Amino acid sequence: MTDRSAKKVNTHAGWKDSLLTSERPSEFAEYTESERNHMRKLALSDEILLSIEKPARYIGNEFNSVMKDKDKVEVRFAMAFPDVYEIGMSHLGIQILYDMFNRREDVWCERVYSPWVDLDKVMREQKIPLFALESQEAVRAFDFLGITIQYEMCYTNILQLLDLSQIPMYAKNRTWEDPIVIGGGPCTYNPEPLAEFFDIFYIGEGEKVYDELLDLYKSSRAKGVSREEFLLKAANIEGLYVPMFYEPKYHEDGTLKSFGPVREGVPSTIKKQIVKDVTNAVYPEAPVVPFIKATQDRVVLEIQRGCIRGCRFCQAGMLYRPTRERDVETLKEYAKTMLKNTGHEEISLSSLSSSDYSQLKELVDFLIKEFKGEGINISLPSLRIDAFSLDVMSQVQDIRKSSLTFAPEAGSQRLRDVINKGLTEEIILEGAGQAFEGGWSKVKLYFMLGLPTETEEDMKDIARLADKIARRYYEIPKEERHGKCQITASSSFFVPKPFTPFQWASMYTCEEYIRRACIVKHEFQEQLNRKSLKYNWHEADVTVLEGVFARGDRRVGKVIEEAYRLGCLYDAWTETFHNEPWMEAFANTGVDIEFYTTRKRELDELLPWDFIDIGVSKNFLKREWERAMEGTVTPNCRVQCSGCGAAQFGGGVCYEGKN
Amino acid sequence: MKVRIKFRKYGALKFIGHLDVMRFFQKAMRRAEIPIAFTGGYSPHMIMSFANPLGIGLTSDGEYFDIELKEPISSEAAVRQLNQVMVEGIEVLSFRQIAEEKKMTGMAIVAAADYRTTLVKGEFPENWLDRAKEFIAQPEIRIMKQTKRSEKEVDIKPMIYQFRPVEENGGQITFYMQVASGSVENLKPGLVMEALCGYMGINPEEVSFACHRLEMYADTGVDGTRQLVSLENLGTEIPQTPEKGTQCTQMSGTETEMEPA
Repeated sequence: MTDRSAKKVNTHAGWKDSLLTSERPSEFAEYTESERNHMRKLALSDEILLSIEKPARYIGNEFNSVMKDKDKVEVRFAMAFPDVYEIGMSHLGIQILYDMFNRREDVWCERVYSPWVDLDKVMREQKIPLFALESQEAVRAFDFLGITIQYEMCYTNILQLLDLSQIPMYAKNRTWEDPIVIGGGPCTYNPEPLAEFFDIFYIGEGEKVYDELLDLYKSSRAKGVSREEFLLKAANIEGLYVPMFYEPKYHEDGTLKSFGPVREGVPSTIKKQIVKDVTNAVYPEAPVVPFIKATQDRVVLEIQRGCIRGCRFCQAGMLYRPTRERDVETLKEYAKTMLKNTGHEEISLSSLSSSDYSQLKELVDFLIKEFKGEGINISLPSLRIDAFSLDVMSQVQDIRKSSLTFAPEAGSQRLRDVINKGLTEEIILEGAGQAFEGGWSKVKLYFMLGLPTETEEDMKDIARLADKIARRYYEIPKEERHGKCQITASSSFFVPKPFTPFQWASMYTCEEYIRRACIVKHEFQEQLNRKSLKYNWHEADVTVLEGVFARGDRRVGKVIEEAYRLGCLYDAWTETFHNEPWMEAFANTGVDIEFYTTRKRELDELLPWDFIDIGVSKNFLKREWERAMEGTVTPNCRVQCSGCGAAQFGGGVCYEGKN
Repeated sequence: MKVRIKFRKYGALKFIGHLDVMRFFQKAMRRAEIPIAFTGGYSPHMIMSFANPLGIGLTSDGEYFDIELKEPISSEAAVRQLNQVMVEGIEVLSFRQIAEEKKMTGMAIVAAADYRTTLVKGEFPENWLDRAKEFIAQPEIRIMKQTKRSEKEVDIKPMIYQFRPVEENGGQITFYMQVASGSVENLKPGLVMEALCGYMGINPEEVSFACHRLEMYADTGVDGTRQLVSLENLGTEIPQTPEKGTQCTQMSGTETEMEPA
């Protein structure tokens, strides 16, 4: 050492501490021998990982992620969510399936998410194949690629997954060199827009027939049968739809003439699969804990599946019928185990309508008593605002910071009756009043514009309802309230979904949606308390696209492909969505948007998704559509059974109190 | 009771940023059932403070954070419980009791750090070893340092306490250095490498280094003379609690005295 400062420092005793004084620096070898042998090789180089946003999205290795010896498993399953890691990691369905598959010794299920646009570019330039997070190995070498399809605006991301994986985009061009591409999730209840890109669609809840499919796969591969032969057998497993064996035929006016199998021995109807007993279904007790903050950075307890309410616009409310509750004692055990296994500092309940869970009080009291003292936050979404929920919320949240949420969905009582939303103005004002007196001052309101039969008065009533809530706030004496209130109303545009009573509803043009939002906006400015009110609305161009894909048929698949070729990706993200290339894609493929959106559908029209049987009958949906047009409400499942057909599954709310 | 935890970070964990490592340990504390203390107030959070955050891309054998315990746990048990809930790429090395004074915790006391940097991309000239020795023998090493508002020239030489270029494992160009670190003065090893490249006439864009932190030190010297002690050595091992079920609220010397001889 010749340098001055070092010499000076060297005279101090403190240097005995320094590792630098050691003559053999190799003592601090970074890894021990065994680590070097076992450490995973990452698919991306350090140089790439350091040049992109959030490299943690692509390295796997999270706590509770499952590593297996690839030589000791028979089936490798890549489970993909076609959106960015933080969104995909928040999805409960994938966590359930990941856990369920990995419980099988012969299967290794790994995760795949869409590379963000920065990495997407690098992977294309350098021809790096898409890989799964755990093994970091190419997806193309897997036996299955499962893709969960949660919303229409992720369709181009599905093509990105296939493209980056170097898997042929069209199912008909795939060989045994490619994985079996299987789709699941709510959008698969109308799979037709994506039909040509998938080998199989799984219609229903994943806990049901996957074991059967995996066993069939193993035996088929062992026997050396052709890919087509395997798919033909798979098509005979209940709930599995293999689109290449079905063909649509059209009338001259473009509507569907017929739809059915073109091969012998495949069923003409696909029956939705559900778990009858959700309490004893598998549940991920040790979910993966991401390094980076995912949207859902907490333990999630799914308290029930389905909803008794029957709102006529709501697809989930029909798809997941009948409503099935999980036993409260089981949920308490899950809460303890999952908090211990993850270390999360928050627990949240998940369901379509938590207030309808019959054991809610018991469960919430338990969570507060057991975990509040340990600094665990308790989050209770989808609660109806009443004395009970306000009491609970005051125990688990900071009142001054939190806001109340109401989803009246429509501004007027007339329209709320049309959509069968059982929330009245009286209930809203009563709930808000109690909350204001309890110290809250922020309210969020959610509405939809463009609902069937909507008039200008209905639109204006959105602003008027918001104002009435503000007036209720200012009834409180000045010295008792905390400054001004903040009422934020947001509206999205209604998109009719398959298997709802509104599946026959017409949509509007983009311009018409904007005109309606402007009417509401204008009416807000007319209100007495306008300074306490805020109004936001959702983009209209995305709504139109969602409408096309929600009720599209097989012919709109080529629009998705064309839009993808034109560079569309991450269409669910405001900053990456571009409407122009989409419009270009429609023009290039000659697909007429208005055929799928504004056109009036007759009740006897054959719909592209009619071959799927969700257990709720088309007759019930028709009945509900007619009652909507009359403005007649239908009571919820617990008040009175409406005979929707879901009782055929033999469980859930349909049989409550009938044992 | 205040405790200092030392850990190492290697492999893929170098891509996990400081804030996420903090989040990771918050959850790990719960998984390992470490009796960590919380702040009061409406939304309590763990009392935890990290020393000198490590940048993304760096690995380390000497990372530290301090916590407060609400009840005692032995060092041995705590290290074992924590390592049962770690992931590949992160390992807890020690768990030691430290002095109670506030000024002795976390970031405030860090004064120096040891680093190893290795050339992983690009070429150095044949005579690089001699050149590197000449580089460090300069009376001053002036570089342009970016600040928030402007760029200014600084002499980094006084902040380099030790610098040793070596060839390792058959030709691996490696530098060991000890530099000023912490809130008073802080020198990043990358900046030293940049200065070296500048001195040798190498375009810094064409080379890259793997950087590994080896240790962090506090300065216990008085009257401005440096006396460096590793943060770990400022703490002491917490012994096993005598017997399960034995009443003990305080973990201290008095308790060992009460033990039968």
